[in-house]
Amino acid sequence: MADTSQIKGWYLSLFKDFENHLNGEKSSSFHSVRKQAIDRFAQIDFPDTHQEDWRFTDISPILRHTFSRADKEATAIQTKGQLSRFQFNGMKSRLVTFVNGSYLPELSIQLPLPEGAVIGSLADALKNRNDAVSGHISNDASVGENAFTALNLAFTADGAFVYIPDGTEIEEPLHLLFISTGPGEFISQPRNIIIAGTNSRVRIVEHYVSLDGGTYFTNAVTQIHAGENSSVNLVKIQSESLNAYHIATTDASLSGNASFVSHSLSFGASINRHDLNVGLKGEGSDATLEGLYLLSGNQLSDTHSMIDHVSPHCTSQEHYKGVLDGKSHGVFNGKIMVRKGAQQTNSYQENRNIILSSEAKVDTKPQLEIFADDVKCSHGATVGQLNRESMFYLRSRGISEEQAKLILIYAFASDVLKDIKEEEVRTQLENDLSERFLAPLK
Amino acid sequence: MSNSDLTVEKLASEEYKYGFVTDIETDKLPKGLNEDVIKLISEKKNEPGWMTDWRLKAYRHWLTMNEPHWSNVKYGPIDYQDIIYYAAPKKKPKLNNLNEADPELVKAFEKLGIPIEEQKRLAGVAVDAVFDSVSVATTFKEKLSELGIIFCSMSEALQNHPELVRKYLGTVVPYTDNFFASLNSAVFSDGSFAYVPKGVRCPMELSTYFRINASETGQFERTLIVAEEGAYVSYLEGCTAPIRDTNQLHAAVVELVALDNAEIKYSTVQNWYPGDKDGKGGIYNFVTKRGACRGVNSKISWTQVETGSAITWKYPSCILQGDNSVGEFYSVAMTNNLQQADTGTKMIHIGKNTRSTIISKGISAGRSNNSYRGQVRITSKAENARNYSQCDSLLIGDKCGAHTFPYLETNNPTAQVEHEATTSKIGADQIFYLNQRGISTEDAVRLIVNGYCKEVFRQLPMEFAVEATRLLSMSLEGSVG
Repeated sequence: MADTSQIKGWYLSLFKDFENHLNGEKSSSFHSVRKQAIDRFAQIDFPDTHQEDWRFTDISPILRHTFSRADKEATAIQTKGQLSRFQFNGMKSRLVTFVNGSYLPELSIQLPLPEGAVIGSLADALKNRNDAVSGHISNDASVGENAFTALNLAFTADGAFVYIPDGTEIEEPLHLLFISTGPGEFISQPRNIIIAGTNSRVRIVEHYVSLDGGTYFTNAVTQIHAGENSSVNLVKIQSESLNAYHIATTDASLSGNASFVSHSLSFGASINRHDLNVGLKGEGSDATLEGLYLLSGNQLSDTHSMIDHVSPHCTSQEHYKGVLDGKSHGVFNGKIMVRKGAQQTNSYQENRNIILSSEAKVDTKPQLEIFADDVKCSHGATVGQLNRESMFYLRSRGISEEQAKLILIYAFASDVLKDIKEEEVRTQLENDLSERFLAPLK
Repeated sequence: MSNSDLTVEKLASEEYKYGFVTDIETDKLPKGLNEDVIKLISEKKNEPGWMTDWRLKAYRHWLTMNEPHWSNVKYGPIDYQDIIYYAAPKKKPKLNNLNEADPELVKAFEKLGIPIEEQKRLAGVAVDAVFDSVSVATTFKEKLSELGIIFCSMSEALQNHPELVRKYLGTVVPYTDNFFASLNSAVFSDGSFAYVPKGVRCPMELSTYFRINASETGQFERTLIVAEEGAYVSYLEGCTAPIRDTNQLHAAVVELVALDNAEIKYSTVQNWYPGDKDGKGGIYNFVTKRGACRGVNSKISWTQVETGSAITWKYPSCILQGDNSVGEFYSVAMTNNLQQADTGTKMIHIGKNTRSTIISKGISAGRSNNSYRGQVRITSKAENARNYSQCDSLLIGDKCGAHTFPYLETNNPTAQVEHEATTSKIGADQIFYLNQRGISTEDAVRLIVNGYCKEVFRQLPMEFAVEATRLLSMSLEGSVG
């Protein structure tokens, strides 16, 4: 890859431009974090397929574009009338809307908040010099790991900021809506920070959509800090434009007895890459990771999950499923790490794939790395067709082969959704699935 | 002439006195590697010109390569110029009876249940005329040649059957394959060659055991086994007895070729010196093993029991080219103290209706690290390919590590690929159950471990299976606190 220096130069000049628009914020202490990040970015190369973690995912198409920074004012108006398209029917939620990466209060729905809680934009939090922000961003070293996360950190300007104080429950789900809309090819780099205090409880829907199917690049990072005994529920829905690129890192750090449930659903984007890192740092914490990728055409979706068992008595379960059609390519890399001393760990991981066309392909790599002995860890991976017995059962009841196939795919995929707590979200996703797979039957 | 050379000379003549066939060279080349060394090796072995050229091509390619470091093992830098690439076959001093042998060694033999005469042979005791392994071997050789089976050392094969060697050598593992395979191609000293002609079922297990004058493990061994249409051969490599060797780096290459309807079964028991409790010494076992199922309905089956070596780094693989061909991999890898193992397999499905099975059992004890690394690739033309993989790890003690790195790459919608892996320790309830019935904790662990490995041991030839069970018990010694 000869021309990466050129594209790197492009992003470096973009940073200069970004810096010039920061005005007074440039002198804040946080700006030094950005500067460090851009220095790191300047030093490291974009990942290529020679690197183990990017072996199956060729990101060179992303590097062929020179994405510019989005202009939020120009696009706000045209978005307004279309907001309802992306809301979940009948769900009473707190809506936090971002257009091309910038928070738009006029498109958001704020409900009265419990004392001390903050639900809003990172830009505001940075402006108010909220200590929790800079503390949490710069504490987390792992998020500057590759060129994309370094780039995101350098351009940190906006994103969702959620702070739930100790002993507080936010009853209504938070709907973080990220809308991308043209014109032009642009990059948006939201950084979301979610801090859940001791004994708190919060449910979040992180939702990426496109208004007009343009070509753009979302480079997102979400950081979650789950305090002791807290419960954090995250549903990430990636329905970007089919011409878009979506690269996201979710970092969750769990204190003692915390519970983290994640559903990651990826439907859109030409190239999708999701790094999901969960650190079970406190004793007795629990993580459940569910995922679904439905791909067709030339889509590529890559999930890299890392479940890091640091403390004893933690449990984790992971189930990811994929349905691949057309010339699509699915990648799953799931790593379970059990550190020395993380005894009594119980961890299960599963990745199942169905390939529907002769040109689609799947690369799956579940990994176990274990340094403690009193553990129970297992993983499984399958790639295959629909179950022959199930097929026969349906055929024997007079259902045509084509119909039986659709029913089985629907059943395979919708299985992932069944544990989503937000009923309205689940219903809508199930409807989308049935529309996609069962429509020909109606 | 130096002292050691004199000893060799003396031993060589001694051997001759007792009627052994021997072609021992007393000279050895200086340390280091260059084109002249390779030419000399080739010359000394009286090899045909094409062989010399092939070695040189391999060497030139090797120079352009870098030593790989992607595996999950750690070792200090290897100085490739500090190795003697050609030396006269080493001979252990002959002993008059077993009492003169290393008592540790004799103890190990007894535990393994090796017959007394066999013990003598392994310990290097001069064997008497009644049980002469050479004459036994000769009898077997006659029987084999009646059937048209060629089984000899690689050097002999290059002299007597150069056309066969030329046709198949390097066709499965080309000299460009990887760093250690290239090195091996350039400097390989000897190895085994087996050729089973069309329609012949080899009546006995072929084993290095029966090879005259080549029983010493070479540092750069090269093995080639060819099974023609409809042939069957089972080959055993290594032995359960502990083998000490002064060469630290072992980079062998094994190539198997199975044509239409042929079947090759390759079993390995590896128990080389693993180093002491602090990880000092011990052998680096960096091996390239690969089989090609070229013909329709062909089958290649790898079985390995790996308990020795400081570092084991190998992936016996199958390339399933022929339609309906079958690849199998059964492995038990046990690491104790500071041993490291990074082993597994590759199953490359190319032909239609190809099937593969992977059963891997890892056992880590002490402060060792044990990794399974495997790849299953279904290419786009491999219709109806089927794979089943199961990789289990057993942890004994809280200072060891067990790792699993399976790669499943599927490019065909009709494929069915399944992978399962578990990691756990021996259940306290299982130990309790056995303790309760009067079985000591150590015996209980042995029992459970043997049960855990049974699926793989079942694949081994009978005598090997018995010895392997005992070997595992021995390797486990001291790991139960």
